[in-house]
Parts: sequence; C-alpha cells; structure tokens
Amino acid sequence: MSAKLDRLVRQLKESFGDRIGEPVLALGEVTVAIPAENYLEAMRRLHDDPALRFEQLMDLSGIDYSEYTGYQGKRFAAVSQLLSITHNWRLRVKVFAPDDDFPVVASVTEIWNSGNWYEREAFDLFGIHFEGHVDLRRILTDYGFVGHPFRKDFPISGYVEMRYDPEQKRVIYQPVTIEPREVTPRIVREASYGKGDGRG
Amino acid sequence: MADVKNYTINFGPQHPAAHGVLRLVLELDGEVIVRADPHIGLLHRGTEKLAETRTWLQTLPYLDRLDYTSMLPSEHAYCLAVERLLGVAVPIRAQYIRVMIDEMSRILNHLLSIGTHALDIGAMTMVLYTFREREDIFDVLEALTGIRMHGAYYRPGGVYRDLPDQMPKYKENKFKNAQTVKELNEARSGSLLDFLEDFTKRFPVYLSEYHTLLTDNRIWKQRTVGIGVISPERALNMGFSGPMLRGSGIEWDLRKKQPYEVYDRMDFDIPVGVNGDTYDRYLVRMEEMFQSNRIIQQCIDWLRKNPGPVITDDHKVAPPSREKMKGSMEELIHHFKLFSEGMHVPAGEAYAAIEHPKGEMGVWAVSDGANKPYRIKLHTAGIPHLAGVDELVRGHMLADATAIIGTIDLVLGDVDR
Repeated sequence: MSAKLDRLVRQLKESFGDRIGEPVLALGEVTVAIPAENYLEAMRRLHDDPALRFEQLMDLSGIDYSEYTGYQGKRFAAVSQLLSITHNWRLRVKVFAPDDDFPVVASVTEIWNSGNWYEREAFDLFGIHFEGHVDLRRILTDYGFVGHPFRKDFPISGYVEMRYDPEQKRVIYQPVTIEPREVTPRIVREASYGKGDGRG
Repeated sequence: MADVKNYTINFGPQHPAAHGVLRLVLELDGEVIVRADPHIGLLHRGTEKLAETRTWLQTLPYLDRLDYTSMLPSEHAYCLAVERLLGVAVPIRAQYIRVMIDEMSRILNHLLSIGTHALDIGAMTMVLYTFREREDIFDVLEALTGIRMHGAYYRPGGVYRDLPDQMPKYKENKFKNAQTVKELNEARSGSLLDFLEDFTKRFPVYLSEYHTLLTDNRIWKQRTVGIGVISPERALNMGFSGPMLRGSGIEWDLRKKQPYEVYDRMDFDIPVGVNGDTYDRYLVRMEEMFQSNRIIQQCIDWLRKNPGPVITDDHKVAPPSREKMKGSMEELIHHFKLFSEGMHVPAGEAYAAIEHPKGEMGVWAVSDGANKPYRIKLHTAGIPHLAGVDELVRGHMLADATAIIGTIDLVLGDVDR
C-alpha cells in the first residue's frame, strides 16, 4: 500500500509542481492543500487526468480551525475525500478560504455532481460559500434558521428553542432556557504527560 | 386548448413509504414526475457537533443512532479512524468478531430493505418473513451486547467483551406451553456461536423462499425492471457506493479492494448487476446476503478454535479487567483516568471507510491531541444516494417514486445525522 501511495505523491508533484501544496503522507493517507486560486483547475485535473483519475468525490466537508490547539492560519477550509476506482487510491484535498469573515471557495459540483449536497451542507453548517454552485440553499437546519451551527463560536445548545404556546395556539420560538454544561473539560496534555519519569 | 400547469405535491414528511421523515417535493406533469426536490434535515441531531463536546469514548454510542437498521458497522468505521490515529493494534479475535457482526448487520439491513421495499410496492407478505429472520439476529445481538439495537459494543482497540457461552431462553407462560418453549429453546441450548451456526444453516433455505416469492414474480418485475436505471458513469459521478454502484455493474467493494480487519482471509464473492435498475439492485442485495452468510460461517469456524483477548492491553486506550483494577494501584489510576478524563488521541487526522451495508461509510476524525474530537465528519452512503433521487425519478410515474426510494435503501437517521 505504501509503495502505491508514494507513487501517488510523486504523480501529484509531477502533474502540478508548485501549483499545489506539498503532499503529505501520514497514517497511510495522502493529504494535499491547494491554494484557493488554483483549486478549481487542480480539481478538474484530478478528475480528468488518466494518471490520477479520481472518479469519485466521496465526501466534502467544512471545518472551522479557529480553536485548534496551536493553530495559526486561515479559519475555514473545505476538505474533500477523493477516491479513484481505477487506481484504488484515496486523496484528501484541503482548500482554505482566503477571507475569514466571508469565506468563499470554488464549487466542484460541475466536476462531481455528488458535490451538490456536500457543498450545501458545508454552507449551511459553516457558512462557507461555494462560487459557481447553482442551488446553494440550506439543507440540514430548519426553514428560516439563523447562523451557522457548526462554527466553533456557536453554542451547543443554540440560541432559540421551540415550544407549543397554548395561549397563541401555535408553535413559537423563544430564547433557550437551558444553560450549557460541561461535565468533562476539554484538555490537551503536554507531550511528556503520563510517560512516567518516576516523579509522578 | 386548456392551459395545463404542472402540479406540485408533498411526499412526506409523514409518509409510510418515505422510510422516516423525508419531505419530497414532487413536481408532476400529469402523473409523470418532472422534478423531485428532497428536503432533509427533519431528523438532524447534530451528531458531529455533539461529538466535539464529548470524549472520544462517549462519542461512540451516537454512531449507533445514525443508521438504525444496521447499527454496529457505523461504530466500526469510527473505531477504525480512532485506532488509526492512536496507532493501537486490535487483537485478531476481536477482528473476527467485528467481521462476523458486520456481516450479521448486512443481513439485518438487507432483510429490512427488501422486506419494506416489497411492502411499499405491494408485496405485503415479504416483510412478515424477513422480520421473522431479523428476530433471530436481534436475539444474537441482545445476547452479545445486552441491547437489541443500539449495542455500543465496539471499542477503539477491540470489542467490549467476548462472546457469551449461553443464549437467553424462553420461559413457559400463558401464551407458550411447555412443548412450544421446548421447541423454541432447542437452538438456544448451546453457546451464542451454536445458535448463530444453526441460523446460518437455516438461512439459505429462507433465502430461497424469498426468491420463490419475489424473483420471478410478475408483479414484482413489472414494478422494478427498468425502473430507476443509472449508468455506471453517472453512478460514479454522483458518488454512489455499495449495492447502488454494484447494481450498475462496477465491481467495487471495500472489503475486497481495500480490505480492513480480516476480510482478506475470507472467501466470498461480490455480486454485480448488469442493467443498473431496481431489479438488479434487488438481486445484488439478495446475493450479498448469501455471501454474508458464508463469511459468518467462516468466522464461526475460526472463533471456535481460537480463544484469546478481544481488546487491546494498552490501558491508556482500553480499561484493565475488573480483577486487575481491584488489586493494583496503577490499574486503578488507569481506570479512573480513562473514564473521567478519557483517552487522549494524538494530533492528526484520519479518514477510515468501511463497506457498510448501504455503501461506503467513512469517518473523518480530526484531533488536536485533546480528550475530545476536534471535528468528526460522518460520511454515510445515504446522502449521495438521496441526492441522486432527482435524477433517478425524472420521467417516471408517481407510483415509481416509492419503488426508487425503496431501492436506494433510505434511512433518514443516516442521511440527516
């Protein structure tokens, strides 16, 4: 498997040169970051080039890196998992949106039609806009939902809750009445933690 | 000439043939569907967001709730992703148990899928038979995990416990007399493996019963042959996987092509369709059940001969045994840390995919070294399949919409996450 992935890394370097980031081979998977300006062209080549031939876009998702430990850089990225049936290999492509306040990346729906719903989902949950997408509607959240729930600054309990109001005889929205509660805090330990130097 | 306008109807969200809460807005020209716009998200629970606020282990049971017709394989994908990040090895016996359960779930899933599909398009009898067999598999799952459906049985590093030595038995009551109870308990007198082996021997007979009921049935063929045809090129482009892709003639199965666990030691075949229509996908699913049955038999055989540990002995990942915990301070600390703070997964990202009964189920896990996931993305096979419904139903009659929703094996818990 590893020899095959080395071949993929070589092929990527050969096909794209410095128009894409350095391919990284880790944990048996290849990841490559592509600058937003070269993204659409590179994705088309990944699909069409017989030496690469990624027929399937298995997944595309947004990610908000704003609270990633020790991370400095652009906040939003759209991450695709590509699969080639011909060569039986996978590739993960990351594209970072250049503007944190109004994240926009190109849409790949034209190349892989499966991108349609994945991009709608990333738009809905993260507020990433996909330029060239013909039908960028919300998909998972409620009709008339405000905000992008998977951003890290969106609370897990949300902002509004829904209940039936017996006086107005209809369902109404009201501000949430529950307090967010964290039972186990989120902890990142230092590298040497628990290695046991005899003093702890 | 009168002015004729297209008619728009809502299919669902509360429709028995919508397999859950799917709202399908159909634009009709007479009785022909011009456009279908599925509205999903009515069952959205935010599993991925919830995972970010739970520890790695607390996240696991949420995965069961995705696809509630084949529960445990979803956990499998999650465990594979976490294991890859952690770099822990899974004991070989646990791998066999996982494969066996995955295949049981495949039978479970396809039985429901075919049973309800037939029910939706008018063959009432099928569902009565398939649910009879599902009951046997639920009994196995109950004996194994304690719960019929949402087992929470897989763990990063193995499985929760070894196979039980005995099956629960029926007791006499006012509905079942001594003779009935004796007959029912006959297969349950031995261990779980004995019961399952008995099931795998009975199952091919059941399968041939289903074939008698449906495969050459004229009405069934009229409702399925040539309905929802998808070419291999389009199926690839739309991200289809599993039986939806194989029905179009592409021999692609992760169990063979990118084998995980012990699938490379198993002897089984991959059925493929020819025409890419609803009938071919039905045949693919039927044959897959037969192949799963073969895999289960091979697993039972191996599991009988090879006892051993079922979870890793790395106590940073899996808890020590109760006995050790009571006797050793270090093990007690391990246990306490694991269940309060949880395991720490090294920073990095991994995408693990398995051949879920419905297609490719992938988990993209991102960790920044904390005791909770930074981001989990769940790719379930249902999403691209449902997204492709528009193309599949275009130009078909309204009644065929039900046949097509049945053939994509839709479960909304899986699509909405």
